Amino acid sequence: MAKVILTPNQTPTLFLEAENITPDVFAGKDAAEIAALHGFVGKTTVTLGDYFTIEGAGGQTAADTTVVINGDVSRVKYIGMKMSAGELIVNGNADMYVGGWMTGGKITVNGDIEAFAGLGMTGGELIVNGNAGNYLGAAYRGDWRGMQGGEIRVSGNAGSDVGTFMRGGTIVVGGNIDVHVGTHMEGGTIIVKGDAKTRVGGQMVKGTIYVYGDIDVMMPGFQYRNDSDLEVDGDKGRFALYEGDMGERHPKKKGEVIYGQLYMKY
Amino acid sequence: MAKIVTDVVCPFCGTLCDDLEVALSDDGKEILEVYNACAIGATKFLHSQASDRLTRPQKKQEDGSWKEVTYDEAADYTAKMLVDAKKPLMYGWSSTSCSAQGVGAEIGEEVGACMDNTATVCHGSTLIAVQDVGVPSATLGEIANRADRVVFWGCNPAHAHPRHMSRYSIFPRGFFTGKGSKSRQMIVVDPRNTDTAKMADVHLQLEQGHDYELLSAIRVAIRGEKLPDVVAGISKEQIYEVADTLKSGRFAVIFFGMGVTHSLGKNHNIDIAISVTRDLNDYTKAAIVPMRGHYNVTGSGQVWGWQFGFPFCLDLTRGFARYNPGDSSSNDLLVRDELDAVFVLGSDPGAHFPVRSVKKIAQLPSVCIDPHITPTSAVSKMHVPVAFVGVEVGGCAYRMDNVPIETKKVVEPPEGMLTDEEFLQLVLNRVRELKGAA
Ligand code: SF4
Repeated sequence: MAKVILTPNQTPTLFLEAENITPDVFAGKDAAEIAALHGFVGKTTVTLGDYFTIEGAGGQTAADTTVVINGDVSRVKYIGMKMSAGELIVNGNADMYVGGWMTGGKITVNGDIEAFAGLGMTGGELIVNGNAGNYLGAAYRGDWRGMQGGEIRVSGNAGSDVGTFMRGGTIVVGGNIDVHVGTHMEGGTIIVKGDAKTRVGGQMVKGTIYVYGDIDVMMPGFQYRNDSDLEVDGDKGRFALYEGDMGERHPKKKGEVIYGQLYMKY
Repeated sequence: MAKIVTDVVCPFCGTLCDDLEVALSDDGKEILEVYNACAIGATKFLHSQASDRLTRPQKKQEDGSWKEVTYDEAADYTAKMLVDAKKPLMYGWSSTSCSAQGVGAEIGEEVGACMDNTATVCHGSTLIAVQDVGVPSATLGEIANRADRVVFWGCNPAHAHPRHMSRYSIFPRGFFTGKGSKSRQMIVVDPRNTDTAKMADVHLQLEQGHDYELLSAIRVAIRGEKLPDVVAGISKEQIYEVADTLKSGRFAVIFFGMGVTHSLGKNHNIDIAISVTRDLNDYTKAAIVPMRGHYNVTGSGQVWGWQFGFPFCLDLTRGFARYNPGDSSSNDLLVRDELDAVFVLGSDPGAHFPVRSVKKIAQLPSVCIDPHITPTSAVSKMHVPVAFVGVEVGGCAYRMDNVPIETKKVVEPPEGMLTDEEFLQLVLNRVRELKGAA
């Protein structure tokens, strides 16, 4: 697999918008061509070469291209946006929109990321060995399609509004999560291994949420159904099943109403 | 004999009362008395008459003192600042006319600015929610004539919109509401026992920050589903009762304010309040209306909506409009150090923004366009005073229910003073000259 290594050589004074940093765009390009790719700082157009030292070259296709960013890119937005294949590794913190609308491939961030990561993603993997911000795997403003496929794994904590309007795929948060989990959810799975605060599954139509820790305040529209022994993401345990949100519309399947499911671990 | 000007529109709050009468001195130059307005509205008119009012632009000197400059010099400074900046913010736009907002939008497009209005600190969350789930709404006229169930959720019109209840929502005797306030059931939802709450038939004094849960519970109750015994500090019996009251009305309306738009959950609170309204429409007619604060913040959203497709938090830096509150919202931009110049018109972020944002404004090149000396003008590098819209110059404004109303010119501005639209036109011309030269 061909490898491109980007090493940040200066911190942008404002923020760098770099949606060109993906295996898709780098494929078929050598270091000089990659350095000449554009990015934006406010209304000025810059090149990736202005902010990164670039070594290596892209493979023939995205699928055989690995991009490694060695260093802090916490002032760089849109890394890995819309990527479809290949691999992207960030050894440092990254800013907003990491893997937004990605359709395939794998992103690994060894650090923290900001808000709007995995926004509306339809496939691929987004692994965060650190904390994630708000709106992880949510929908872009006004869109009713949040995350629709693929997998997001965060080892640390995640912010608020995770999985808003989510319709498919899986989000696993190893730590705690802030308010509004799976709001307007219509499918997919969210697993929270730590504690949640309030507003879990509000306005939820369909889909599944697992919470291992506590929920501070339960939404009033969830009703207890039963207990069961389950294996979730490799963890065995006894879970209480709640269904809701009773205030929301729900579809029918084979004459039966389908609710959103919230499992709480004992 | 004083001269009386009738049908004057009050340029203060989003109620945009259009029945004011203003008494002028014989020469028509001085405002003597304002009739029909509430105290805050009247003050706005009388304030414009202050004798110590600033009438020319001022530039801050190295030593912190102010030096008078001409409008042309001020326009030149402003244009250069906006053209030179990589990512300027143009903020405010809520206390001016739609035509001035239009010229501002042209400047923003020319210089590739981030543009934001005061919705960002009040009803921006409403705009997000409306985009997410739509909005069943109505005009205040319709409400005055028809609404028999009136909910005030997290708002206190008795103080913030003093004539709202008397003109539109509670007291007017309308076509189908002939008995005035007796035709209506008034429900107030507020953790505090406000003066509005004291007037209510039902006051749901919920626990602070649990609006989302209570609204959700009302949805559950509307559908006749089971509820826990207590939600947000309110008993389930009372929640079922309120749901029934709303369902049994002929026309229910929910007014909501900053108590829900800026407490925990923000847009989600409005989103679910809209959902309650939508649910109620299965049983009766229901509408929801935000209690917008500044008299033309609604218009600013309208103008940008038709010009750029988004009502606030615009990012025009790349030559097309992008929008994502949380990223392109002015407070986030300021706090995250994403900006290198700040332009403010028709608002006072110095007073309304968090201190850490204001500190950033003070550090950056900045221009403030405002008739008054404000906390914002005080930290800006250039202060451009302009005529009062709705007092010294007319122009269109949008009421909180999105009804456009043409405001009226009542008196002349002080000799030689420009309106904000005229000043913006100077800036726009200068921007085009600078860009043409580049
Ligand atoms: S209620 Fe609002 S618009 Fe009406 S007079 Fe008072 S301040 Fe002016």
